[in-house]
Amino acid sequence: MPLWKPDPTFYPSPRQAVSAPAEKLAYVAAFDRAAEQPDAIAVLDVDETSDSYGRVVGWTDLPHRGDELHHFGWNACSSALCPSSPHPHVERRYLIVPGLRSSRIYVLDTKDNPKAPKIVRTIEPAELAKAGYSRPHTVHCGPEGIYVSNLGGADGADGPGGIALLDHDSFDVLGAWEIDRGPQYFGYDFWWHLTRDVVVTSEWGTPSMIEDGLVGELLLGRKYGHSIHFFDLRKRRHLQTLDLGDQHQMALELRPAHDPTKEYGFVGVVASVEDLSASVWLWHRAESGDFAIRKVIEIPAEPADAADLPPILQPFGAVPPLVTDIDLSVDDRYLYVSAWGIGKLLQYDVSDPFAPRLTGEVRLGGIVTRAAHPAAPDLALAGGPQMVEVSRDGRRVYITNSLYGAWDDQFYPDGVGAWAARLDVDLDNGGLSPDPRFFPHGDEFRGRRVHQTRLQGGDASSDSYCFP
Amino acid sequence: MSWLEILTLAGLGAFHGLNPGMGWLFAVAIGLQERSALAVLRSLVPIAAGHALSVFAVAALVEGLRSVLATRVVAIAGGLVMVGFGLWRALSRRHFAWAGMRLTPWQLTGWSFLMSSVHGAGLMLVPVLVANPPPGVHQDHALHAPSDPSALLWQGLAATTVHTVAMVTVAGVIGLLVYRVLGLEVLRRAWVNLDLVWAVALIGSGAAAVALTL
Repeated sequence: MPLWKPDPTFYPSPRQAVSAPAEKLAYVAAFDRAAEQPDAIAVLDVDETSDSYGRVVGWTDLPHRGDELHHFGWNACSSALCPSSPHPHVERRYLIVPGLRSSRIYVLDTKDNPKAPKIVRTIEPAELAKAGYSRPHTVHCGPEGIYVSNLGGADGADGPGGIALLDHDSFDVLGAWEIDRGPQYFGYDFWWHLTRDVVVTSEWGTPSMIEDGLVGELLLGRKYGHSIHFFDLRKRRHLQTLDLGDQHQMALELRPAHDPTKEYGFVGVVASVEDLSASVWLWHRAESGDFAIRKVIEIPAEPADAADLPPILQPFGAVPPLVTDIDLSVDDRYLYVSAWGIGKLLQYDVSDPFAPRLTGEVRLGGIVTRAAHPAAPDLALAGGPQMVEVSRDGRRVYITNSLYGAWDDQFYPDGVGAWAARLDVDLDNGGLSPDPRFFPHGDEFRGRRVHQTRLQGGDASSDSYCFP
Repeated sequence: MSWLEILTLAGLGAFHGLNPGMGWLFAVAIGLQERSALAVLRSLVPIAAGHALSVFAVAALVEGLRSVLATRVVAIAGGLVMVGFGLWRALSRRHFAWAGMRLTPWQLTGWSFLMSSVHGAGLMLVPVLVANPPPGVHQDHALHAPSDPSALLWQGLAATTVHTVAMVTVAGVIGLLVYRVLGLEVLRRAWVNLDLVWAVALIGSGAAAVALTL
């Protein structure tokens, strides 16, 4: 049944969304690298006043094995208030959960028992193939339905990757979103400037380039993605490509400003093949009317003894920062940058997006450092801050530590483990620190690795807004 | 047109203007994007035009049919269509999907036309249109005989104009109030599910139109 009043988790503007109440539950994608147990959605208690705060309080196993859960998203969000196709009386209740390896997409209902989401629909790979795609990745709720980006083509084709459109209500696969993809071939992340009718997409690689691990020759041959693309949201046509330069391998997460009057955003780059540094770039509308892009953050590699390094890094004698996720707070003030290789989460004040200012950092894990969490000071941590999610009010940051099954194994060959952490943000002065009460890890995740987190009611990377 | 009919048409116009989905919300969004109250009012022009076109399409059809058929037949058929359309609106979970916020005035007119049409804005006027006796025909005979087509068409145009002026006045007042005074927070509290109200209104007045004519 449709609601009588708009879903209370929808906010017309980011200014209002920051006043949202604190989340009480978090959903975490958990997967078994060995594909011996089913992947699962783990439910974390993130309510500070609760006795089970910081613990896994719910768990939904999926019916298959080897899906490799990765990213996921909500069926509906604040974009439902957009005036061009308003439908604010739908409910934010379904999680759209793609299996990146299996190409299955699960729909989980969180309404009846939010701690035990129920699977209500499974979209099989053959249905997704109707859109011409496989390896579904990012999910966003938008004006024409649910948009899902994909890395691979259908029926064994390696590419092109692109966006599939799903029906808002039935979750049926409606088809490929693009009418004219131009030179775009690689898929990965996407988001938009909703009021400007602009879609932005980024590039990782095709399934054959990633599924068995990072391929050294491809990386040094500069074959992974290094461009971002702009599309017309309404006409579904390619508008512009911005090439960062082929030394900048893997342009991944896209974080456009939430303020709908702004036309800029950030994209993280995993590694430069010239010096193993990682970087964050800012795209913005230039005076010419086209988009332009420039590097605004560079994080250097950290020298290390070859003996401390996994085989894949030994020839380089350094740890690459590996910026694998970034997240922008809803008020567009702080940008959080995961440096998964060196085990750091960095906080930048991006009030002036052209001149980010480092305001805080936390060390956890890292290929060489293995920094411990204050809740378990003697436990050397593998993995590093990877997926990062920010609460709507910007006060809490959640991180998990796995990147992608096959790649975890290369960079943390003795086991990446599983842990999540919450960091508390000093909004006024900048800075962030781990909450010693919040450190679910190890057996709590039942042998699975943990990837993306989604917060109940929405978070900084789930909602887009049509009003400033 | 009697005063009662004018008031009813204007009342329905106000009811349509009240609905955020019919246009004032879009006008507010454009105003906020351009930081201009004038932009709110300016964008209501194409929105009103699109709404008027949608309403007039139904009015012209009804009046055209009345020029060849007995009004009673048109009233019953119109009532049944309203009930069917209302049921579809009430039971279907599909919503109007339109991608794109940067529209030319012509595109905004098209958007408004489609938005009004899929919500049955014009249909809601059918009972008033058929209750209105054709020009020069006494009420007692109005239900029975076909009438002069061009006079009927003018009548449809007049009804559309009354309706649309009321609609855009209400939409403009609310749009400016939200833009200047109330703020967007009101959306979260006061935006009741008008799609549901519309569906009920269509079913109810369609059924009444049929019942009263039989």
